[in-house]
This record gives sequence, structure tokens and C-alpha cells, in this order.
Amino acid sequence: MSEKRLPLWLRVYGVAAYAYIYVPIIILMVFSFNTMKLNIRWEGFTFRWYGVLFNDQQVILATRNTLMIAVVSTIVATLVGTMAALALHRYRFPGYGASETMMYIPIVIPEVIMGISLLVLFVMLNFTLGLFTITLAHIAFNIPFVALVVRARLHGYDNSIDEAAMDLGADELTTFRRVTLPTIMPGVLSGAMLAFTLSLDDYVITYFTAGPGSTTLPLRVFSMVRFMVTPEVNALSTIWVLTVFLVLLAGQFAQNRRA
Amino acid sequence: MPGEYAVELRDVLKRFITPEGRDLEAVDHVTMQIRNGEFFSMLGPSGCGKTTSLRLIAGFEWPTAGEVFIDGIPQGHKPPFQRPVNTVFQSYALFQHMTVYQNVAFGLEMEGATQDEIKKRVGRSLEMVRLSGMDRRHPKQLSGGQQQRVALARAIVKTPSVLLLDEPLGALDLKLRKEMQLELKALQQQLGITFVYVTHDQEEALTMSDRIAVMSQGKVLQMGPAVEIYERPTTRFVAEFIGEANFLDGRVKSLKGKDAVVTIPAWGADLAGLCTAKLHVGDEVAVSIRPEKVRLTDAPEGNKNCLEGVVTTSTYIGSDTHVYLDVRGQRIKVWEQNRTSVLDRRGLYRAGTKAWITLPAENTLVLARA
Amino acid sequence: MSEQATSITRNRTVGLLSRLRESRVFQGLALISPANTYLFLFIVLPLLMIVVLSFLSRGAYGNVEFRFNPSNYARLLDPVYARILMYSLAVGFGTTVITILIGYPLAYFIARSPARQRSMLLFLILVPFWTNFVIRIYAWIMILRGGGLLDSLLQGLGITQEPLGILYTPTAVMIGMVYEFLPFMVLPLYTSLEKIENSLLEAAADLGAPPWRAFLRVTLPLSVPGMIAGTILVFIPAMGMFVLPDLMGGAKTLLIGNVIRNQFLTARDWPFGAAASMVLMIMTLVLTLFYTRKAGFSEELLV
Repeated sequence: MSEKRLPLWLRVYGVAAYAYIYVPIIILMVFSFNTMKLNIRWEGFTFRWYGVLFNDQQVILATRNTLMIAVVSTIVATLVGTMAALALHRYRFPGYGASETMMYIPIVIPEVIMGISLLVLFVMLNFTLGLFTITLAHIAFNIPFVALVVRARLHGYDNSIDEAAMDLGADELTTFRRVTLPTIMPGVLSGAMLAFTLSLDDYVITYFTAGPGSTTLPLRVFSMVRFMVTPEVNALSTIWVLTVFLVLLAGQFAQNRRA
Repeated sequence: MPGEYAVELRDVLKRFITPEGRDLEAVDHVTMQIRNGEFFSMLGPSGCGKTTSLRLIAGFEWPTAGEVFIDGIPQGHKPPFQRPVNTVFQSYALFQHMTVYQNVAFGLEMEGATQDEIKKRVGRSLEMVRLSGMDRRHPKQLSGGQQQRVALARAIVKTPSVLLLDEPLGALDLKLRKEMQLELKALQQQLGITFVYVTHDQEEALTMSDRIAVMSQGKVLQMGPAVEIYERPTTRFVAEFIGEANFLDGRVKSLKGKDAVVTIPAWGADLAGLCTAKLHVGDEVAVSIRPEKVRLTDAPEGNKNCLEGVVTTSTYIGSDTHVYLDVRGQRIKVWEQNRTSVLDRRGLYRAGTKAWITLPAENTLVLARA
Repeated sequence: MSEQATSITRNRTVGLLSRLRESRVFQGLALISPANTYLFLFIVLPLLMIVVLSFLSRGAYGNVEFRFNPSNYARLLDPVYARILMYSLAVGFGTTVITILIGYPLAYFIARSPARQRSMLLFLILVPFWTNFVIRIYAWIMILRGGGLLDSLLQGLGITQEPLGILYTPTAVMIGMVYEFLPFMVLPLYTSLEKIENSLLEAAADLGAPPWRAFLRVTLPLSVPGMIAGTILVFIPAMGMFVLPDLMGGAKTLLIGNVIRNQFLTARDWPFGAAASMVLMIMTLVLTLFYTRKAGFSEELLV
């Protein structure tokens, strides 16, 4: 679209819209420094709640669980999802359409349904609910997202570069290792990043597949919000928001530099 | 022992199945021999099977039937990385994540050459395509013409016995293309290796090739030196695809060796011409003559192959004047070279004036109608 | 043999891995089968179990009995559940409409901003989207709760005397939903708006259309695919949402998502919960199919 000067009302609207998006988050962050435990009005400035947070054993445990689940599910989903993307991009095989459809199911069905259906499966299989079942569930919803991102990357892929490699004497494996993989690597990495973030962030599916002792950060935040609305929650939220912001910003810069 | 031919296709058939499920003979029982050290072009419109033929030689496709020989050795289902040929791709297919040096070195690395050897040969190859000093750049930082040269350097660095080029100049602008045509020809002579060149551009093929194969719908219609293809096309398709020509429908009236007399019903006249293929009396034929071969005069030149017409348009294009005439209801185009200043005589062929055309029998070709 | 292989590669002159060309089908299957196996086991199979479960009976102790029982579906017609179903549809619909109303001008604003600023503006839309949604809900709880920041502000300004009491009402749920789903509407809308060439609007102006008519006749119709993608991305998750009503809605505002969750976790009536899930799933399917058929909806808009 054009680069003409925007009408005044539109600029005012834009500013208002961004304010609407950010003001609640900024308030949330500001009130993490509030001395008032009930956290209804501003009383005074303190770092105290961050201290409380860093000594909260449950939060520390939840963080460890969350990272473990995210790392494992990201690695597995990236591997399986990338293979699937390559298969769907380059090959035709019996059951192609069905495979493709299956990839879309986790993306379109409501999370509650995926959550309860996995719960039913795990109960039927007599699996103990815990870190293992959460990880299995996260891999399941991450595979399609990785495949989608990598496939989008493959979309403009010039197959003749693989032919060129083989023409120059590289066998199939060497071609994949030296040419195909490095070329699609940015796609694989953004797929992995997406998977990692989705896993970190997931509440609903984790809620249904978690058991005692397998609390993750989103679960922990939920119970904190529900039962003890102290500035400690704000402190945790602040750290979370800032981390996400910095990671995304770094990703944005990396992307701009590549382009 | 290397054979006489660098590449030979023996009765090669390549069948694809279209997405609609129909069979498509992309290459339809093609036989051709490409000699050692030759600049050989496959020329034809898109979909004629020229690129598939090239891919069959490279090993990206395998024949459905028939055999491809390289240096006299049948290739069977050998993969591309075991064939002594290299390819310059239409899209260049440069490895974007590697530098120019790494791109060119890739093939040598695959051979297991030593670093010293690689360095020496890559340097020489880049020098040959006049890209010395660019070795640390990435393909994205190069112009289209430079990328084209990297693709070329990458393919010749392995000194293949045959170099395959798939419309390598297609993406370049006209001026650069002309320059590269001459450079490619020079490079081929310098290297002394066989070039197999695929193009749809007739001028490009005529400029560079020792021999040309004109293809259409999976078949080779005519194969021979450029001059022969242009001056003695054997079918109407070839005459029409390469250069321009006037065509008249007729029937063979008499034959004496290669000399034929053809009746042109539209003119109610007989023309004397030359057969380029085997014909019989009574055959329906197309008579073809190139516009620059028609002689245009303001008075009749004898009575053989000479007719009167009226100029309908006359267009001055610098080196030539293109004159269009109505000759007994048929439109005939004549390219007149402007040997003298056109100002002296342009009045002669103004629209509406009468003029006489003479079709010299040795350039009036009698072709099978196809 | 090569002929056979060719018939399967279907004229896609990919030409890779030629030595194993005959087994390209095998290669494709080898690459896809881990994903297929995994997704079958952990997505398709569980869903099939829900289908079966929805026709079974609840035992006396909250267990499942293998007795055919279609009455789970009939129970959903009970006024209590029918009302919840209608309410879920209304919330989904309301959220969609409001996010379009708020999101459209915003997407338009981004699409018409200078190209240099666009990626930053988009980035700023995405940041909260990547922040945990429980945290985002919490921010609104702080604002809306009785004696909370909104009340303090309004009372401080002398506009109100009493607390508004918005939290734990349907209004609070709508506020949370809109905030939650706004980015899902803005992104696809932006994608389709950004594609509209300025020359189209110039052509409309050239042909005598004032800006508002050019908008109605050119911009709006061309942004329909984005609106459709946005609707799918907002409507479906909004209907299935149960966390937000839990935290902001109080006891009265139940959505179908809450019913499903309760049947599985607290009431322990799995067959009935499964039937409710089936209804939600079927509504999702119908909506998705309806919209994908209706307009050129493509996956690009989802990413």
C-alpha cells in the first residue's frame, strides 16, 4: 500500500490502539515494584518481590520443568516436523492428502478438545500423568507448526541447486548435508523457535496432561493469579514479558541483518 | 577408449505422465550424435523436449526406453554425480550460503582434490570467466551477469568432457547476452570441450553453434550446420521457426532430380524451385522463400518466377526497407537492403505503386507441408 | 521400472536423488512416517476415542461403561446446556465482531504506514501475543477488580463514587476475550491489506470514486480473505476458551469449554463431556469448511 501521509484520525487511532495493547502490560510491570501486598493502590517503590520470587521453590521447580519440556519437545518436533515438510514438499506418495490433513488438525481444533482427548488416551494407556505425558503432548502440537514454517520456507526453494550439487559430484547424502540443509536452516530455526515458545507458553494442554509434581510456569502463574494476587505475580510477569521481548527483538534483528 | 562421439542419444524415449493423467512423450524416439569438441545446440520452442534431452544426458532423468552414451559408454541409470558432464543451469542454481570461491570449489572438493590443487584450479577457472578478486563475495552480492559467470566457472572447473548449458543467457538483458554469446564461443574454443547448448533463441543458436538440432514436440526435425538449417530447411516448421519466410501452398507438377515445378493455385501460375526433401509428383507442398531472397524491380525480369504486385506498406528500418506487396491476393514480404541512401529512391516503393517480384529458383524451396 | 517411478513423480521434474529414483515413493514415506505415526497416535487416535466415548455410558463411580448410549447428545438439548451453547456462540460471535471493528482500522494503519516502520509496528503487535495469556488476563484483573485501578481512577476523577463491579461479569469476559484475540485478527487483516496495490486505489480515484467509495468498493472486498482467516483464528478458540471465564467470569458465565473441562475433571462424566466436545468439534469443522470453501483462504494467512 501507499506511503502517503496518513490522515490525522488514523494516526490518533493507531496511537490509541497501541496504548490499549500496552497500557495493561505496563501497569502490570510497574506494580511489581509496589510495597503494598494487596497491590490495589500504589504505595511505594521496592525490589522486595523479586527477592521473594527468586526464593520461591515452587517457581524455581516450575521453571525447570518448563524448560525441560520445551527443550525436549522442540528438538523432537523440529526433527520430525522438518522431515515431514521435506516429504510434503518434494515427494508424492500414497496417503499424501491424508498426511497433509492430519498436519492441520492440531492447528484448527480447539485446545480444550486436544487436551481432554490426550487425557483420555493417557488414562486409557495407564500412563502416569507428569513431565513425560506433558512432553508427549507438546511434541504432538509442535510437529505441525514446525512443518508449516519449514514448508513455507521450502516454498521458494530452487530444486536445481540440489541437482547442481549432484552434477558436481555430490551424492544424495552429501547434497543434503552440504546444500539442502544449510539452505533451509533459517526456516528450521524459526520453526524451532516457534515450537519452543509455544511449549513455554502452553497452559491448556499442559493443564490436562500434568500430574502432581509436574507443575509448569504457566500452571504456576495461574494458581498464583487465582489464589494470591501479590506483587510477586507481577514480578514474575515482568521478567517473563521482558524475556520474551528481548528474545523476539534479537530474532527481529537477526532477520533484518540476513535480509 | 573415447568414441568418435562425445554424446550419443540412441532412440531415446522419455515419457511423463501429466497431472491430468495423460501420457506425454517429452522426448520421442530421438537419435542424435554430438561430436567431440563440437558446439552443439538444441533449438526449439518451449515444450519441444530440448531441456528434457539435456537432463537425460546430465542424469537428472533416465530414459523410458533407448540409451544415452557419453564418450561411447552407455549411461543406463547412472546418477548425475557419476557422469563426466557438468551443467550450467538456467536459474544458475548457485549455493546462496557459500561464497563464490566455495561454490566453484565444491565440485573439486567432491573429487577429493587437495586444498592446494583446489586453490589453483578455482583461481584459474575464475580468471577464465574474468571474475578474479570476487571469490569472497556471496552470490547475492553479484549482478546477474556475474552470477552467470560463477555458474560457468563452477561447471568448467572440473574439466568435464561435455558441458551442458540450459538456456544460460535467458535471464540476461539483450546487450549482455550478445557479449556473453561471443565469450562462450571463445571459451569453448579455448577449452576444446564439447558444449551442448539448449536455447529457444534462434539467433543465439545461429551465432554460436557448429551444428544445430531443431526440435518440436519431442522430435528432432532437422540437424545440421547453421547455414544448412537457415538456407535449406527441410520442413515448413523449421523454415518458419528460424528467420522469416513467405509461404505459398502448391502441388508438385514435375520433378527433375532436386528441381521441381510447383503449381500455385492462388496465383494460377507455376513456380520453379528446389526440393530439400524426398517428394513426388502430385504432393501437396509449401513453397518457401526468405524475404531477403526476393528480388524487387520496377519492370519484369524475364518471365520465369516473376510476377507483378502492388506495394501495400513500406517500412524503413535503417539497414533495410521492409516492403509488403499484394501479389494476386497473396501477401509477400520483401527485405530490401538499403545499399545506397534510401532518400534517392524511397519513392519507388511507396504504397500503391506497382512492382515486380522475382523468386530465384535456387532459393525457392519446396517443402513438405508439416 | 523407471516408467513406473515416473508415473508416480507425476511429471514433477524434481530429478533429485536419481539413483534411488525408483524408490522415491519409499523415500517420501520414510520421511513422512515419523510425523504420521506420531500424529496418528497422539492426535487422531485420541480424537477417535472421544468419538467412541461420546456414545458410551457413565458408570456409578464416574467410570466408563461400554454400553451404547446416544442420550449424551440429547442431554445437551437440556435448557441448561442449550443456553451455555448459545452463550458460547454469542461470545464467539461478539468477540469476532468487536475484534474486527477494533482490528480493522489498526491493520489499515499498519498497512499504510511507511514500509520502514511496518515491521516494527507488526513486531509490537506480536510481543504481547507471545507473552503468556494468563499474564495478560491478570493485567486486566488488576484493572477491573473492585477497588482496582479503574475504580481508583474513576473515583479519583470524581466520575463515579461506587466500585463498578465489572470483574466476574460477562462484560469482563468480553473485555478479556477481545484483548486476548485482537492480534489474531490484526495479522491476517494486515496481510491482505498490505497486498492491495496503491495503483488500484489510484485507478478508483481516477475513475471518479471519492476515498470512502474507493474504500467500500476496492479495499474492503479485497480484504475479505483476511477477515475470514481472522474469523477462524478468533471464533474457534474463543468458543472453546475456559481459562478466561474461570478467572474473569465468576460462576455464572460458563462456556462450552468450561462444561467440557468440568465433565472430565470434576463431574467425571466422560461420555457426556465427550458428547459436548463432539458438538464443539463439529461446529469448528463446519465453520472452517464453510469459510475455506467460500473464499480463497490459504495457509499463508495463518502463518
